[in-house]
Amino acid sequence: MVKDMRINADRDVCVGAGQCVLTDDAIFDQDDAEGTVVVLSEHVDGEALEHARTAVDICPSGALSLSDD
Amino acid sequence: MTELADRPTPDFPMKRTCPFDPPPGYQELRDQPTASRVTLPTGKQSWVLTKHTEVRSMLADTRFSSDRRLPGFPLLTETSKKFMEADPGLIGMDPPDHGPARRAVVGEFTVKRMQALQPRIQEIVDTFIDEMLAGPNPADLVEALALPVPSLVICELLGVPYADHEFFQSRSAKLLNTADGIEPREKAADELEAYLTDLIMAKEPSPSEEDLLGRQIIKQREEGTYDRKALVSLAFLLLLAGHETTANMISLGTIAFLRNPEQLAAVKADPGKTLPAVEELLRYFTIAELAGSRVATEDIEIGGVLIRAGEGVIGLAHAANRDPNAFADPDSLDIDRGARHHVAFGYGPHQCLGQNLARMELQIVFDTLFRRVPTLRVEAEFDELSFKDSTIIFGVRELPVAW
Ligand code: HEM
Ligand code: SF4
Repeated sequence: MVKDMRINADRDVCVGAGQCVLTDDAIFDQDDAEGTVVVLSEHVDGEALEHARTAVDICPSGALSLSDD
Repeated sequence: MTELADRPTPDFPMKRTCPFDPPPGYQELRDQPTASRVTLPTGKQSWVLTKHTEVRSMLADTRFSSDRRLPGFPLLTETSKKFMEADPGLIGMDPPDHGPARRAVVGEFTVKRMQALQPRIQEIVDTFIDEMLAGPNPADLVEALALPVPSLVICELLGVPYADHEFFQSRSAKLLNTADGIEPREKAADELEAYLTDLIMAKEPSPSEEDLLGRQIIKQREEGTYDRKALVSLAFLLLLAGHETTANMISLGTIAFLRNPEQLAAVKADPGKTLPAVEELLRYFTIAELAGSRVATEDIEIGGVLIRAGEGVIGLAHAANRDPNAFADPDSLDIDRGARHHVAFGYGPHQCLGQNLARMELQIVFDTLFRRVPTLRVEAEFDELSFKDSTIIFGVRELPVAW
């Protein structure tokens, strides 16, 4: 099986644009008070990993990244 | 290919030859090996970036400042001293001020919060469509639907009385129109500011949890940071950005759908296609591209050139959104292309705060309008329509429709 990947989100960098939530609201949410990203599902594989890659690309602030650990 | 030093510095802004396409000069600029310089109406020069990757990296790099009071900022018109001293508000802030200021309000615009507004926006859209259908046929879609929907939505969200919509709609239109010089714009800005100051002062004695301005007053007082002037400036920005932009996208999107009946049919057959279609329309029209103007605060290499500290640079979003390296066959409208990486809402830390409100409004309007008025048609030849080409936000002044 393909290894899963970990989503890293830097909430100090996030600007609350919500593009990640629009991409997949099972993986990403936004904090009610500050609008910043909340990762609901830290390890992703398969289709969810594809969605996470899209979110990393579309996120305007560079707050999201994927790592192998 | 021409060496940079020998290249002409064309006048900017450039004129469109077709209202649906960026000025032809954009492609020439994009085909150059490096970024180019253009000459602004003020006689000053600015760099322009046209490639998708470059526009994105510039807008993400906060060494490019959004502060329009800095001397090298690529303003399109001479501005008065007063304009330059005014608080630039959220849209003109840089780190370290911008992040906290944005965070204080962006929680109001999360995807979830906007989804919660869905039923009310639907009701508003239905009401204005009812009124249009009950009125004379043909009608002006701008007056009947495109302007009132986002105006009422942003009024309710902010807690601004909709009864005053004629006042702030006309002032907003004047403020965004660069054709008549600075004075009418300045007057419109003063009037809007005075109006919002009175409104906010009237809220101060008993602010309500039911509207954004009330919630900001309550929250900022709790934190001991309440600043009336800053709230007026935020209200100003939200009111202005919250209705003109979406209104123009409603009219332009309607024209585009009616000119592309197969794509409209595909959306009507599958509501899941409306949101991707909205993204594509945002890309295709890129109505607010001048928002990508910045000034370098350090020497920065980008686009194959060295931009010096103090020089202006415009990230031409409309050129980036038609960059064939980012979008195949970029000049055609294709709702199935997957356009989400467009930069019509900007990119980087200033990316549109209201984007998820705009998406929600546009989705509901297009779904409802074409479902409820299946015979809708534009009652004018395309070349008779009057497009806003000397305004900061592109759009159409009137849209005669019949059904
Ligand atoms: C289709 C509609 C819209 C378009 C095309 C649009 C476009 C943009 C763009 C390009 C920017 C980036 C400015 C920059 O880089 O400096 C921006 C910022 C902004 N927009 Fe929108 N906008 C739209 C709707 C809205 C709505 C509905 C609201 C309010 C409710 C809004 C509020 C804002 C605010 C407050 C900012 C400044 C954010 C910041 O500086 O952090 N916009 N918009
Ligand atoms: S897309 Fe990026 S900036 Fe926007 S909420 Fe998600 S992580 Fe934050």
